[in-house]
Amino acid sequence: MSSHDKLILAGILTAGLLAAPALAFDFGRPATPQDIKLWDIDVGPDGKGLPDGSGTAAQGKQIFADNCAACHGDNGQGGIKDRLAGGQGTLASNMPVKTVGSFWPYATTLFDYIHRAMPYPTPGSLSTDETYAVTAYILSLNGIVPANGKVDKDSLPKIRMPNRDGFIPEPEFDPARLFRKK
Amino acid sequence: MTSKTPVELLPRPANVSRRGFVGGLSAGILGAVASEAAGAETLADVPDRGPGADLSAHSERSRFAKLDRIPEATPGKRNVDPGDAINSKTPHQKLVGNITPTDLHYERSHSGVPDIDPAQHRLLIHGMVQKPLVFSVDDLKRMPSVTRVVFIECTGNGWENWKTADPDVTVQNTHGLVSTNEWTGVPLKFLIDLVAKDKDSNWMLAEGGDGAGVDRSIPLTDEIVNEAFVAYGQNGEPLRPAHGFPMRLVMPGFEGNLNIKWLRRLKFGSEPWMTRWETARYTQLLANGKARQFQLRMETNSVITQPSGMMQIQPGYNRISGLAWSGHGKIAKVEISTDGARTWKPAQLSQPVLSKAQVRFQMDWVWDGKPTKIVSRSTDDQGNVQPDRQSFIAAMGTNALFHYNAQQTWSIDEAGRVRNVLA
Repeated sequence: MSSHDKLILAGILTAGLLAAPALAFDFGRPATPQDIKLWDIDVGPDGKGLPDGSGTAAQGKQIFADNCAACHGDNGQGGIKDRLAGGQGTLASNMPVKTVGSFWPYATTLFDYIHRAMPYPTPGSLSTDETYAVTAYILSLNGIVPANGKVDKDSLPKIRMPNRDGFIPEPEFDPARLFRKK
Repeated sequence: MTSKTPVELLPRPANVSRRGFVGGLSAGILGAVASEAAGAETLADVPDRGPGADLSAHSERSRFAKLDRIPEATPGKRNVDPGDAINSKTPHQKLVGNITPTDLHYERSHSGVPDIDPAQHRLLIHGMVQKPLVFSVDDLKRMPSVTRVVFIECTGNGWENWKTADPDVTVQNTHGLVSTNEWTGVPLKFLIDLVAKDKDSNWMLAEGGDGAGVDRSIPLTDEIVNEAFVAYGQNGEPLRPAHGFPMRLVMPGFEGNLNIKWLRRLKFGSEPWMTRWETARYTQLLANGKARQFQLRMETNSVITQPSGMMQIQPGYNRISGLAWSGHGKIAKVEISTDGARTWKPAQLSQPVLSKAQVRFQMDWVWDGKPTKIVSRSTDDQGNVQPDRQSFIAAMGTNALFHYNAQQTWSIDEAGRVRNVLA
């Protein structure tokens, strides 16, 4: 709150003591640009929020082996936690296999999720470049980027995931229709 | 789950045998109280009165009342090590009334339960706003508040029964991922006004302070702006850590996952963020391989909790009781069939019936001892009727995993054993 605002507030409060009750309160503190930079980690499907940096699938292979394979399996399959690769063509079967390759509609979401939530015991411990590299590696396991492929903030949003058109929005909350002027 | 404890809480109807009445009742509510010692057959057998335990800082449950949640993993993965559990379910078969005891409110946590010191917790609100602000817990507690009783339901509630019905499960297994508490906090609208949100911002990202940083995109419809709040109180006390201490979002009527726990950031934008949770996880795979997305509202639902799975009833008088709820509004009526959905009778609703809260229903029933099936069906004040399983599966397929609200059927065999069946 600026000193000018404080003067106004003080005036209102003083007036409030003398006249009709005037409600004017001051909650919280302004968020500084540093505050916001520290916590503003979300990445949108258009790539907004992706940081500078890059990584290759080849680099990601070792990072994945060191940080991810214990839960997700050596090649993103056969681990004790979510399967990350394969499953394409199974979604309409009685045993659908939902993986990054078969189900996830946006590659940007993969970077966002690894960055915010993985590795499970130490989220946020991978560097930006390492996160890009693991992202590239998981995409390569699904044949979406080549084995020597590289991803960065420009290329990631341009990747068209195999199941990009696999989602039907509930009409009541369809982002394409909600809030549009009638 | 039988008990011979002859406790009579309700007047016994004429021409119903005492044995039948007691058996039926004890299978229900009294099943919650273990009768380890022999019951008191005459009043002379009731133990003498005398001074009791010292008064204490906390009142604990009676040692005779055994009430526990059960940690579970994905459908069919029961009795798991707590380290492998992804949720913990409410024992509805042992509860009465509308409000879930705080420690028995169901829990779904995606990266464990963080141990947060409220003095060090902050809520950042930013994005498409004129005044990005940082709030402490104390800041929130100083603001105007709302208090409201609402249900919160995990979209995985009911997921045991998508493909098959395991006969050996309780209602805790099938429907233990919904609970109703009273929550207190600051209206979202008040916070929106404080930061002066741009009028062009129609979506909000809510993010938790857990290890997974669980985040969801929330459409700012009039309903949500007017009803959502950031809660710091739960049944009159600070939130329990499992439920988001020191603050969580409460979104009456919407997916449990939207009620972001350990809330630490609200960001205003113009489009959904397509987070992992709203794309890869909480979307419903249909039979054609396409997935329904942004199915954010919880459906019209009900379940009979007494008698229910794994109980055993006796012929004669039995009181049927259960819970109904709807994310659309108030429950208007609940009907019960005791002949496998051929004929229906209205159940009595306990008052008050609140919008987007669970309500207890009950009905008297005299069981003739012949095998049958019992099922409930709710209707809300918007006219939504809880679907029968056949039409529900016809619409959703069996792969959706989330948002199961088909009618729950319990079969009863000639011995009075109550078991889970599909219909």
